[in-house]
Amino acid sequence: MLDDFFVRALLAGVGIAVVAGPLGCFVVWRRMAYFGDTMAHSALLGIALSLALDWSLLMSVFLISALVSMILVLLQRRGGLSTDSLLGILSHATLAIGLVSLAFMPWVRVDLLGYLFGDILAVTKFDLAVIWGGAVIVGAVLLFLWRPLLAGTVNAEIAAAEGQSPERARIAFMLVMAFVIAIAMKIVGILLITALLIIPAATARRFATSPEVMALLAGLFGAAASTGGLYLSLGWDTPSGPSIVVVALAMFILALLPLPEISGRIAAVRRQGETS
Amino acid sequence: MRQESTDALIDMRGVGVFRAGRWLVSAVDLKIGRGEIITLIGPNGSGKTTTAKAAIGVVRPDAGTVTRAADLVVGYVPQKLAVDRSLPMTVTRMMTLTTKADASTIGAALERVGIAHLHKAQVHDLSGGEFQRALLARAMLRRPDLLVLDEPVQGVDFSGEVALYELISELRDSEGCAVLLISHDLHVVMARTDRVLCLNGHVCCAGSPSSVAASPAYRQLFGARAAEALAVYRHHHDHTHLPDGRIAYPGTSDHDHGACGHDHRGEPHGAAVKEAGAPAAGRKAEHDHA
Repeated sequence: MLDDFFVRALLAGVGIAVVAGPLGCFVVWRRMAYFGDTMAHSALLGIALSLALDWSLLMSVFLISALVSMILVLLQRRGGLSTDSLLGILSHATLAIGLVSLAFMPWVRVDLLGYLFGDILAVTKFDLAVIWGGAVIVGAVLLFLWRPLLAGTVNAEIAAAEGQSPERARIAFMLVMAFVIAIAMKIVGILLITALLIIPAATARRFATSPEVMALLAGLFGAAASTGGLYLSLGWDTPSGPSIVVVALAMFILALLPLPEISGRIAAVRRQGETS
Repeated sequence: MRQESTDALIDMRGVGVFRAGRWLVSAVDLKIGRGEIITLIGPNGSGKTTTAKAAIGVVRPDAGTVTRAADLVVGYVPQKLAVDRSLPMTVTRMMTLTTKADASTIGAALERVGIAHLHKAQVHDLSGGEFQRALLARAMLRRPDLLVLDEPVQGVDFSGEVALYELISELRDSEGCAVLLISHDLHVVMARTDRVLCLNGHVCCAGSPSSVAASPAYRQLFGARAAEALAVYRHHHDHTHLPDGRIAYPGTSDHDHGACGHDHRGEPHGAAVKEAGAPAAGRKAEHDHA
């Protein structure tokens, strides 16, 4: 079964989506969308590093993303510029340095489009093992960090005053995000990873009454979008990353619509209330 | 130092916090005993919040020392808290933000502050007063040794303000926790405050609220009636180093300091601490929180 490239891609997509959903909820709650973009863009520099030094791609991308997030933490502590501006600098700087570095390696034939937009043909059995192994690790870390992360999201001062070490949780969260970007890159592509984090979480918000429900729904919606997108990609020969994002967006738009049956019932109840 | 401060929850000595090229506060001495109510007052930007944060370890001081009792449990109600609308959160869920609790404990905590009927409500939909009560219930659920309240009556109308202060007094009496209360209002502080610290970048003065301290009845702190929830504590600054209308009083002789003298930095606060601390500490032992 795993010999079929499409089955591998489906399993990889679901594996990534189930952790990207809960992680993406924190990105939405903490307003870190641009941060996710920055880390994803820095992945290109990671690719260049991997090619130049013949290191593992996963390792290089994770290292560079983690490095960029730590640089951000240091620059934030230094103060003076807004996080927004710092992210703008880091995001485009790493993207540019990555592209320039690749130009210095003419012997390397690199499928840039594949890295930018994802390639379902690229998922090997080893990748699948990495993705699911990584998903289990990320899931475990998120469970372990759940309380301090959530407390720090609601209010960092409460979390600090009440012994939750929110700063440590925040840094751990950034590293987890770097790791997810590294494992998600092959399927979704660098440019669209943030979409897989944010759109399912935003869709889940519509139906959730608690943070935990929202996280689970986001994982579920992400998995559905990933599966739907990969079928779209297979059927219409479209790049996998954009296809997944298009399906995720369709789900988001559907969730915005009022549910016809329920709204009809509410209207009926209202009418009853008015006449009685 | 350790041995000296065994009776105190928090002992701050000469604490200063330096940020962005200036001292937010400096040379603050503050000792908080078990069961004591201490109110920090002062104009905007006078360093009240910074002092409280340094006391509980949220802000690291750049000068002086802060000694905290081992295993100090703090319940914190911060000045500004807005839960992002993207984060779904019921009142019940917010109760267990930093601690575990079963449904009946949560129900009882919400009952105590009078919002049990709102347990399923989203926190975004609460009124200012309801939200403050929910935050208070959340902080109390931890069974704290020290409850830190930063402007707890913010966004609450006057009658709600009185009710909220009464509630805080009741909770303190039943739980026996110390309270560190911050108020920007120079005229109204809690009647049952043991000690008032007036800050303006440094400790301007410290002591018991004048009018209350004068009456011997006040010394029986726990006998005081709940109806007397507010006291007028007038304090006029003789210096105007902040452009705040509230302290720009023309008369400098118009002081009403009572027992509160200027600059207590050198004096030990021990007497006041022990007086109020002893009965409360006894009651605390019955609770034996986890």
